[in-house]
Amino acid sequence: MTDSTTDSQQNVVRDITSRMANQPGALLPILHGIQDELGYVPPDAVPTIADALNLSRADVHGVISFYHYFRTTPPGKHTVYLCRAESCQSMGGVALEAHVKQRLGIDYHETTSDGVVSLEPMYCLGNCACSPALMVDKEVLGRVTAEGFDTLLKTLKEGA
Amino acid sequence: MATVYVPRDSSAVSLGAERVAEAIRREAAQRGVELKLVRNGSRGLYWAEPMVEVSTVAGRVAYGPVQPQDVPGLFDAGFLEGKSHALSLGATEEILYLKNQERLTNARVGITDPVSLEDYLSHDGYRGLKNALAMQPADIVKEVTDSGLRGRGGAAFPTGIKWNTVLNAPSDQKYIVCNADEGDSGTFSDRMIMEGDPFVLIEGMTIAGLAVGATQGYIYLRVEYPNALTILNEAIAAAYRAGYLGQSLCGSGKSFDLEVRVGAGAYVCGEETALLESLEGKRGLVRFKPPLPAIVGLFGKPTIVNNVISLASVPIILDKGGTHYRDFGMGRSRGTLPIQLAGNIKRPGLIEKAFGVTLREILYDYGGGSASGRPIRAVQVGGPLGAFLPESQFDTPLDYEAFAALWAVLGHGGIVAFDDTVDMARMARYAMEFCAAESCGKCTPCRIGSTRGVEVMDRIIANREHDKNLLLLRDLCDTMLGGSLCALGGMTPYPVLSALNHFPEDFGAAKPEAA
Ligand SMILES: Cc1cc2nc3c(=O)[nH]c(=O)nc-3n(C[C@H](O)[C@H](O)[C@H](O)COP(=O)(O)O)c2cc1C
Ligand code: SF4
Ligand code: FES
Repeated sequence: MTDSTTDSQQNVVRDITSRMANQPGALLPILHGIQDELGYVPPDAVPTIADALNLSRADVHGVISFYHYFRTTPPGKHTVYLCRAESCQSMGGVALEAHVKQRLGIDYHETTSDGVVSLEPMYCLGNCACSPALMVDKEVLGRVTAEGFDTLLKTLKEGA
Repeated sequence: MATVYVPRDSSAVSLGAERVAEAIRREAAQRGVELKLVRNGSRGLYWAEPMVEVSTVAGRVAYGPVQPQDVPGLFDAGFLEGKSHALSLGATEEILYLKNQERLTNARVGITDPVSLEDYLSHDGYRGLKNALAMQPADIVKEVTDSGLRGRGGAAFPTGIKWNTVLNAPSDQKYIVCNADEGDSGTFSDRMIMEGDPFVLIEGMTIAGLAVGATQGYIYLRVEYPNALTILNEAIAAAYRAGYLGQSLCGSGKSFDLEVRVGAGAYVCGEETALLESLEGKRGLVRFKPPLPAIVGLFGKPTIVNNVISLASVPIILDKGGTHYRDFGMGRSRGTLPIQLAGNIKRPGLIEKAFGVTLREILYDYGGGSASGRPIRAVQVGGPLGAFLPESQFDTPLDYEAFAALWAVLGHGGIVAFDDTVDMARMARYAMEFCAAESCGKCTPCRIGSTRGVEVMDRIIANREHDKNLLLLRDLCDTMLGGSLCALGGMTPYPVLSALNHFPEDFGAAKPEAA
């Protein structure tokens, strides 16, 4: 695999960029639009966005790299966002974190070798009343146990 | 036909509310029973979620926590008529956890269908706006000033004073920005408003627009809240359709437009000037102040930046009057605080109370003690930049000044409880680590200091050159306290030093009384 995006990806980037470029403060909405569609912001998208917004490539790159949420490599089929913050820690979050990493065989910002799961840290999901918490793609789970995570993982792998 | 309520609130859904709703639909269809299923917000009794309510002639009754497999049994027991079942919680309004609250800002949360404008209107919604439309801008600002409302985002700055500055800043364009970044761990009241009663936020922002002459609003929402995004957008669309947003509000000729913008996982973007940079499409670097955002804000124009709860408290102030709101509370902390109780606690949830309730009442009368059954050893109040409080401080009333006197903060009203298995040195290390991960990088004490702080904590935990490193830690904290541009670097010493001062034994230091 190379870093270069496919034609259809470039079309998505061009389409989203031209559709959104006219609103004030367009850069974040554009980056979200691209990541929602493609799962990440391909490095090849930077020149297209920079041209449309009259920014330098360095500016666009600087924004992408500033925000934890934007990624520049394709994610796995699913992304697990694990809460690392205090309330979840108070309810066994640290042990859960160790279990999740061990089961997936990866650390944060990595993807399992079968390409099914990417793991990202998050600092609070607003689900602190149901700690420990995680989010799979856009679905939040609460009071997650080690067994609960194993069941989830099985479902993700079966669906893959 | 019975009406059944199953929350669509993220936390309720995280415990299975979606599957419960589906099970109820399926079971009803199988039994040939007709019912109306409403997806409400959460009442905030998270220990009882997924909580199912049924409306009966005697009012709403609650059951919880309900799992899908409980549903056939609930039907058998006659829950549609409010009959008794092992999961019965009785009449919802009589549940003490709820009954003893003073809900002003959250008056409708959990009661209405969050995206039904009809529901909103029939529960006193948009009465504040009606009043505001008939008032002079300065009078609207005065009402908010009179209420004594202070910003609920953390800094507790008087909302009326901020609005007055924007009102008096001449400009062709002004903005209302809602800070919905809710980055503080242990907090979820912004989310509950946005998911449970989004119209109250929309109404509050519209009133703010009328008060200062701003015609455009933005809600800067954190990306971690996808469910809130969906619900907000549904509600905004409904408000536009009915003329509560757009060109001529309720036919008044005055306009207000509103849009949600999504953040991208940077904690520092909750800081108001970093938030404005982010809204402008830039990196979230903190700006130097002055100028204040009220004078030079979004795109260089006068801007109100307020927290979700601050703005959502405005409709009731304009409906019932500033004095009504001010009559709640103590000292200079007026009105109510939506307290978010989380962590190692038996009954976590949302507790809206007038200021003045003590930490102990919240932890034990409401919270029922720790979830693990072990003693509560420490609580962190006010998010990741808030101090840890030991048991000897649990009688402190929730009041901005009382907390300041203890070198602590109320912040956004989040309380996280820890039992006696907590290692406070690890918590101090985590605070430094968090600051290092989230620093915007603009100033050295925060950027470098926090990284050094993690290293120093590692040495303290490993018990290497102990005394020297404890001194170094205090030194670093002093530098961060005094030399940081914003509260991320400037307040990270709160959790670190409070942990060290109240729990020295975890740092391998002697307890002061034993020394
Ligand atoms: C690092 C940092 C993070 C912050 N995060 C938030 C936040 O998530 N939500 C919020 O409302 N205020 C946050 N604030 C406070 C804002 O800067 C600002 O005081 C607030 O939006 C003003 O609104 P209010 O007066 O209604 O509280 C943060 C401040 C700092 C320094
Ligand atoms: S204290 Fe930290 S987050 Fe705040 S401006 Fe300085 S470097 Fe940025
Ligand atoms: S601390 Fe984990 S969800 Fe808030």
